[in-house]
Amino acid sequence: MTSWTDLKSALAAQNYVASDDLAVSLHLALSLQRPLLLEGAAGVGKTEVARVLAAAQNTKLIRLQCYEGLDAAQAIYEWNYQRQLLAIRASSEADETGKQVEDRIFSREYLLERPLLAAITQDQAPVLLIDEIDRADEEFEAFLLEILADYQVTVPELGTITATTVPTVILTSNGTRDLSDALRRRCLFAYVDYPDRETELAILQARCAGIEAHLAEQIIGFVQTLRKEDLGKVPGIAETLDFAAALMGLGIADLTADPAALQATLTTLLKTQSDRAHITTEVAQRIAGKAA
Amino acid sequence: MSRVTRFAGRDPGATARMAGFMAHLRENGLRLGVQETEAALTALTFVDAAHPAETRRALKAICTGCKDDAQQFDALFDAFWMDAGRVRTRVMPKMTAPNKGDDSVHSSRNAKGEDAGGAGDATAPEAGQGESESDGEGKLIATEMRNLSRRDLRDLIQPEDIAEAEAIARRLGLALRDRRSRRRVAANKGDRLHFRKTIRRSLATGGEPIRLIQRKRPDRSRKIVALCDVSGSMTVYAQVYLAFLAGLMRGDFTADAYLFHTRLVRITEALRDKDAMRAIGRMSLMADGFGGGSKIGESLDTFAHTYARKFVDGRSVVMIFSDGYDTSPPAHIDAALATLRKRGCRIIWLNPLKGWRDYEPVAAGMAAALPHLDRFVAANTLADLAALEKELVTL
Repeated sequence: MTSWTDLKSALAAQNYVASDDLAVSLHLALSLQRPLLLEGAAGVGKTEVARVLAAAQNTKLIRLQCYEGLDAAQAIYEWNYQRQLLAIRASSEADETGKQVEDRIFSREYLLERPLLAAITQDQAPVLLIDEIDRADEEFEAFLLEILADYQVTVPELGTITATTVPTVILTSNGTRDLSDALRRRCLFAYVDYPDRETELAILQARCAGIEAHLAEQIIGFVQTLRKEDLGKVPGIAETLDFAAALMGLGIADLTADPAALQATLTTLLKTQSDRAHITTEVAQRIAGKAA
Repeated sequence: MSRVTRFAGRDPGATARMAGFMAHLRENGLRLGVQETEAALTALTFVDAAHPAETRRALKAICTGCKDDAQQFDALFDAFWMDAGRVRTRVMPKMTAPNKGDDSVHSSRNAKGEDAGGAGDATAPEAGQGESESDGEGKLIATEMRNLSRRDLRDLIQPEDIAEAEAIARRLGLALRDRRSRRRVAANKGDRLHFRKTIRRSLATGGEPIRLIQRKRPDRSRKIVALCDVSGSMTVYAQVYLAFLAGLMRGDFTADAYLFHTRLVRITEALRDKDAMRAIGRMSLMADGFGGGSKIGESLDTFAHTYARKFVDGRSVVMIFSDGYDTSPPAHIDAALATLRKRGCRIIWLNPLKGWRDYEPVAAGMAAALPHLDRFVAANTLADLAALEKELVTL
C-alpha cells in the first residue's frame, strides 16, 4: 500500500471507518515493520482493527488473548511431552542409541507452536493480534520483547528460530495496568478515543445498511450526549451498533415516539445496574429530545 | 506551562530540526531516545512530509507512548513547528543543556521539582519545640527525619512529606498484601508434584504418568478498603490521610478507597492516576468544598449496603480514618458496623485524636463503634502510620 489514504479506504471497504490518526499509525506500523500499540476504552474498535486489517490484506489473523498467568508455554511454544514420551517408549523396541532418540525428540516435529511462534513461521506475513496485553503479568511482557524487537524466538534445546516473514503486530490495551517502558518503546502508539459525531455516523451507516438517515442522526446524537453523562461504563461503538440494531429490529423510527420502548432498548447501551438507575425514563427522554 | 521552542529559521537541515524537536519533547517530559529520532525521520518518508497534519500524525505515532503523552503532543507539536511558542536563537540540541536559572525555559515538571526543593526549609516546627530551631542548619538528615515523623500531621503539608506518607502507605499495603495460604492446591505450574492427581490421571494413559500435575500455594492476599472522613473536624488531618490513601492505592492494586462527609464517594479511580500529584489534585477536587458536617453512621451504612456487598469479603481489611464526631445518632454507626462486620472483614479504626494525651473515646459515635473494631489505633503522626505495619501483619 502506498499511502495511508489507500489504507484508510481499504479499511473502509471492509466497513471499518478509521480515524486519520489511526490510519497513519497503521500505515507506519506496516511500512516500518514495527508493532503498534492501541490503547483506549473498551468498545472503541481496537480488536476490530486487527481483524479488518487482516481481511484487507487478505492474510491470516493470529490472535493471542492475554490473561493473568499467561506464560511462555501457552504463548510461544511448548514441547509435546506426550509425544516425546511415546517416542521414547517406541524407541526402546527399535534399536536406537540414546543420542539419536534425544536428537529426534528435540526437533521441530515435537515442538508445539503457540500463537507467537506460529506468527513468525508463516509463509505469508500474518496479522498478529496480542489482545488486552494489560491483563497479562508484567513478566510476560519480557517474553514479548525479543519477539517484537527482532522477530525471533529462542528455544534452548533447538537454537534461535528467526522469522520467515515479519508479521504485522497489533497490541491492544485497556489501560488497566501500566505497561513497561521497554515494551512501549518498541511499539508505535495510537490512542483510540470515542469517535466524534461524523465518524460515528459513518460507522453506523457502514455497519447497519439500510438505516434511515433521520434515525441514524438521532441515535448518534443520543449516544454522544449519553457519553457525557456520569456513567460507570461509557457505551462504546459496539454498544451503539447494538442499540441501532435493537431499534431497527423493533421497527422504531423515532427515538422520542415511544419512551417505554426506548427505555427497554437501553439495555444495549447501559451495562451496569447503577447506570440503568441513573438514566431514568425522564433523563432518557431529555437526551433523546436534545438529540432530535 | 511555558512551551518555549528552540527552533530557529536558520537551522541546518531536516535532521537537525527533528533532533531539535526530540529535544523539545524530552524537555517537556516525554521519554525518547536516539532510536525514536531515527524512526521519526524514516517515518516521514512514508507520509507526505510537506503536509503538516500528516507529519503531526506520523510523529504522534512514533513519539508518544501513552494516553497522557498523546494528549500533550498536539500542543507540543504546535509549539515547535507552528511557532506557537517563542522563538529562540539557540538551535542545536546538543548544546541545549537545560538552563535552570532561566525562568522562561523550564517545563512544568521542572517547575514542580524546583518548588519542592525550595520548600525544604519551610518545615521547621513552630516555636515551643526549641530543639530543632536552635540547631539551625548543621543538623543531620536522620535527625530531621525523626523530628518530622513525630510531628502532628497538621504540620505536614509539603509535597515531600506527602511523598513520605505515600512511601509508608506503600510499605503497609505490601505488608498486608503478601499472604500465602498454607495449603497447596493443584495447579498447572507449581513447586511440587501433586501425586494423587498425577496417578489418577495416569489411568487414562495406561498407567504412564504423562501429564504431570503440580501443586502450589495459592496467594491469599488481603484487600484493603479505606474510608476517610473529610468532614470539618477532620480537615487538618485529611490532606495527609489522602496522601496516605494515594500511596496505598499505588502500592496495592486491589485496594479500594472512599471519602465520606455527609455522603460517600468512591475515589478509587481518581487515585489510580499515574501522576501522584495529579491524583491527589483530582481527589482534592472531590474532597474540596466538603469539610462540612459529618454523617459517619449514614455513610458507613450506605457503604455496608452498597459497595461492601461487592468489594468486601472475609479477606478484606476495612480501615476507617475518622475522629468519630458524628451528627447522626450513634445507633447508626452501631448498626452499620454490625452489618459490615457480618461480611467477615477486619475493621481498623484510625483516630487522629487518640494520639492526644488523656484521650477517651467519649464521642458517642466512637463509643458505639468500639465493640465492633478489631483495632482502634492512633494515627496523627507519620510514625503512628508506619507502626501500623506490625499491627497489620498480626491481623
